[in-house]
Amino acid sequence: MTLVVFAFVFWLVAWRMNVVLANSAASKTRLIKLVVPIIFGFTILVVWELVVRGLSVPMVILPPPSTIADTFLAKLPILWKDFVQTFVKGALSGYLIGCTAAIALAILVERFDFIRRGLLPVGNFLAALPIIGTAPILVMWFGFDWHSKAAVVVVMVFFPMLINTVAGLSETTAMQRDLMKTYSADPWQAFIKLRLPAAMPFIFNGLKISTTLALIGAIVAEFFGSPTLGMGFRISASIGQLALDMVWAEIVVAAIAGSAFYGIVAIIEKGVTFWHPSQRG
Amino acid sequence: MRRSFLPIIVVIAGLLAIWYAAVVPMNIKMALTAAERSGIAVTPVGAKERRDRSAMLLVVQNTFAIKDTFALERPRLPAPHQVATELWNSTVNKKITSKRSLVFHGWITLSSTLLGFAIGTGLGILLAIGIVYNRAMDMSVMPWAIASQTIPILAIAPMIIVVFNSVGLQGIFPKAIISAYLSFFPVVVGMVKGLRSPDQMHLDLLKTYNASSTEGFWKLRLPSSMPFFFASLKIGIAASLVGAIVGELPTGAVRGLGARLLSGSYYGQTIQIWSALLAAALLAAALVALIGLVQRLTLNRMGMS
Amino acid sequence: MSQDPVIEARSLNLTFATNDGPVHALSDVNLTINKGDFVSFIGPSGCGKTTFLRALAALEEPTSGTILVNGQTPDQARQKRSYGYVFQHAGLYPWRTIAGNIKLPLEIMGYSKSEQLRRTDEVLRLVELEDFSKKFPWQLSGGMQQRASIARALAFDAELLLMDEPFGALDEIVRDHLNEQLLELWKRTNKTICFVTHSIPEAVFLSTKIVVMSPRPGRITDVIESSLSVDRPLEIRDSTEFIEIAQRVREGLRAGHGSE
Repeated sequence: MTLVVFAFVFWLVAWRMNVVLANSAASKTRLIKLVVPIIFGFTILVVWELVVRGLSVPMVILPPPSTIADTFLAKLPILWKDFVQTFVKGALSGYLIGCTAAIALAILVERFDFIRRGLLPVGNFLAALPIIGTAPILVMWFGFDWHSKAAVVVVMVFFPMLINTVAGLSETTAMQRDLMKTYSADPWQAFIKLRLPAAMPFIFNGLKISTTLALIGAIVAEFFGSPTLGMGFRISASIGQLALDMVWAEIVVAAIAGSAFYGIVAIIEKGVTFWHPSQRG
Repeated sequence: MRRSFLPIIVVIAGLLAIWYAAVVPMNIKMALTAAERSGIAVTPVGAKERRDRSAMLLVVQNTFAIKDTFALERPRLPAPHQVATELWNSTVNKKITSKRSLVFHGWITLSSTLLGFAIGTGLGILLAIGIVYNRAMDMSVMPWAIASQTIPILAIAPMIIVVFNSVGLQGIFPKAIISAYLSFFPVVVGMVKGLRSPDQMHLDLLKTYNASSTEGFWKLRLPSSMPFFFASLKIGIAASLVGAIVGELPTGAVRGLGARLLSGSYYGQTIQIWSALLAAALLAAALVALIGLVQRLTLNRMGMS
Repeated sequence: MSQDPVIEARSLNLTFATNDGPVHALSDVNLTINKGDFVSFIGPSGCGKTTFLRALAALEEPTSGTILVNGQTPDQARQKRSYGYVFQHAGLYPWRTIAGNIKLPLEIMGYSKSEQLRRTDEVLRLVELEDFSKKFPWQLSGGMQQRASIARALAFDAELLLMDEPFGALDEIVRDHLNEQLLELWKRTNKTICFVTHSIPEAVFLSTKIVVMSPRPGRITDVIESSLSVDRPLEIRDSTEFIEIAQRVREGLRAGHGSE
C-alpha cells in the first residue's frame, strides 16, 4: 500500500516540476521541450511499476515495467527473429512494393484528367475501408509465410499513397504551368522540373502515414495465420499462454520499430523538402 | 460533383471488369479439377499435371470451363455477383436474429464501434482542450500523442480483450475500449490543431474586448476548429470500426463481422469472407458518409463550407 | 526608335464565355509595336491589358482577328522561344537556388552547361544579384525575388519581354528603384518591352509609348507617343513634360470610364 501512496506522491512531484518548467522562461528552449515529455513518460513508468507492485496486480492482467524489461532482455534472440519476419520481410517489402506501385499509378493517372477525376473519389473511399479484413483472403492466396503479410501491407498502403501522390502532382499553380508554357517545355520536362519536386511534400506525407499502416498490417495479418514466427504470431500465442510480459515485450519492439521507421522517413523528408514552409518552421 | 459523376462510374465499371476478368485465371485450376471429377475431358489430364502450368495457358486450353469459374462453391476469387448474392442472402433474406445474418453481426460490431467512438471522441476533445489551455499538459502530453501515431497500437488489441475478459468484462465493453483508443489520438491531434487555428489577429481582437478564456473558447476557438473536428471524426470512426473488427479476432469470438471473417477463413468459406468484408466496407462507407453529411449541414449553417 | 514592327494586332477580338454570360475582354484592338519600344499598357481592372499580353504569349486564344509576333503567330513565336514572360509574382521554385532558378529556362531550351553558367552570371550581374546566386528564394525579399524573376526572363535570347504588373506587389520605394533598374536594363539590352501596370507615374516614367485601355468591352482609348528623352532620371517625374503626359493618360482613363 505504501508503494501506491509513494506513486501518488511521485506523480504530484513530477507534475509540479513539469508545471514549473513549462511556465518558466526556459520553456521555449529545445532542451526543456525534450525534458518535459520525458519526465512525463518516465513518471508514467514509475507510477505503473509502483501501483502494480503495491496492489499486487496479477501478472496475467498487467505486468510491471521492470518485469517487461527483464523479459525483453532475456528473450532478445526470439524478439529479433520475430522482428525480421514481420518487419523486414513482411512490412518493409510490402511498403516498398505498395508505395512504388501507388506512385507509378499516380504519375500515369495524372496525365489523364478523366481517369483522375474518377479515381480520386474511389481511392478516397477505398482508403477509408477496413483493409485489414482482406488479410484472411490474402493468406489464402499467398500462404502462411511473409508473402501474404507483404500483400496485406501493399493493399493497406496503396490507396493513401495514391491519393496523396495524385494530390501532390496537381499542386502546381496556374502561373507555374503558364511559365512552363512560355518556355515551350515538353510534358516530360514540365514533369521532372516542376510537378515532381512540387509533389514531394505530399508524397512524403503519404510515405509517413504508410510506415504506421505497414507495421500494423503486417502484425495484424499474422493474427490470421502465420508460421511459428513473427510479432503478430508471438502476441497471439503469448496471449493464449497468458504470458503477458512477452506480449508487452513485443509491443516494445513494435513501438521502437514503428517510431524508428517513421523517424527515418521524416529525416529523409527533411532533406528532400527542405524548402517547404512546414520544414522551415 | 456532377463533373465527377461519369468518371467515377467509368472507374468503378473498369474495376469491376478487371475483377471479373481476374476470376477466370484465379479459379481455373479448381474448376478443371471439379470438371474432371464429373467425367469431362480436361487438357492436360490429372490435377498434378496442371498444378505447375500457368493459369492463362489452362484457360486457353479449356475454354469450356470459363463459365464454371464463376460458379464455384469455394472459389479462390469469388465473382462480384457471387459476393453480391451472398450479401443479399445474409442480409435481406435472413431474419435479423439469425446467427447467419450479416445485419446481426454488423450490429454487434457497430455497437462496439459507436460506443468506443463516443468515448474516444469525448475524452479526446477534453484532452485537446486541456492541452490548448494548459502549458504543462501541452509540453508533457502532446509529444506522446504525436509519437503514439507511429506505434502500431492495433497490435495490442487481442491483449486488451484477454485482460478484460480475465477480470470479468466481456462482450461489447473491451472492444469498445480498443475502438475508443484508436479514435482517441486522431481526435486529440486534430482538435488541438483546430483549436489553435484562429490567427493572431482574431485573438488580439478578443483581447481588446477583454473577453475571458471561456468566452474565447466558445466564440472563437471552438467554431474555428469545426473543419478539423470533422476531418478527425472521419479518421476516428474508420479507425474505431477497424478496432472493433480486430477486437473480435483473438478469443475466437462468434459474433460480429470480425468473427465472420475469422470463421470464414478457418472453414475455407471464401464467399463468406468476401461478403463479410464487403459488409464491413459498406458499413465504413456509410459511417464516413454520415459524418460527411453532418459536416456539410453544420458547416453550411455556420457559413464555413 | 526603329520602325521595324515586332508586334502587329489587327481587329483583335477576345471573348470569354463565363457563367454570367460572355465577357468581351478585347474588342477590335489594332496596335503596332516596333523593335526597341517600351510600351506600357494601363487601365482599370477588366480593361483587357493582361488578356492582351497573354494573347501575345499564346496563353490565350483570340476569338477573331490576327496577332503577329515577329511575323509569326503567337504560338509559333512561343515554340521558337521568342519572348520572356514576367508574372505578377516571382514564381521562383523554392527548391532551387537563385542560380538554379535562372538556369530553369536554359535547361529546358537545351543550352550547354557552359552557356548556362555564362548567361546566369551575366544576368545576375545585370540585376545586381550576383552575391545571392546560391541563396534560396525564401531568403530573399520580395523585391529581390522579382529581380531574379526578371533575370530569369533575360537569360535566354528572347528579343521580346512581356511583363504583367511585375512590381505591383512591392512597396513604392522598392518600386522606384526597380523602375530605374529596368530602364537601365532596357537601354543596355535594347529589347522590346510590353509592360502592364496600374500606376500612371510608372507607365509614363518607363515608356516610349503608352497604351490607355478601358473596360466593358476591353478596348484601346488612346495611344500616346512619349516625348520624353530616353535618358530619364527619377527627377523627371516632377517636370512639366512628364505631368502633361500623365494628364493625357488620366484623361484617356476617364474617357474610357465615362463612356460606360
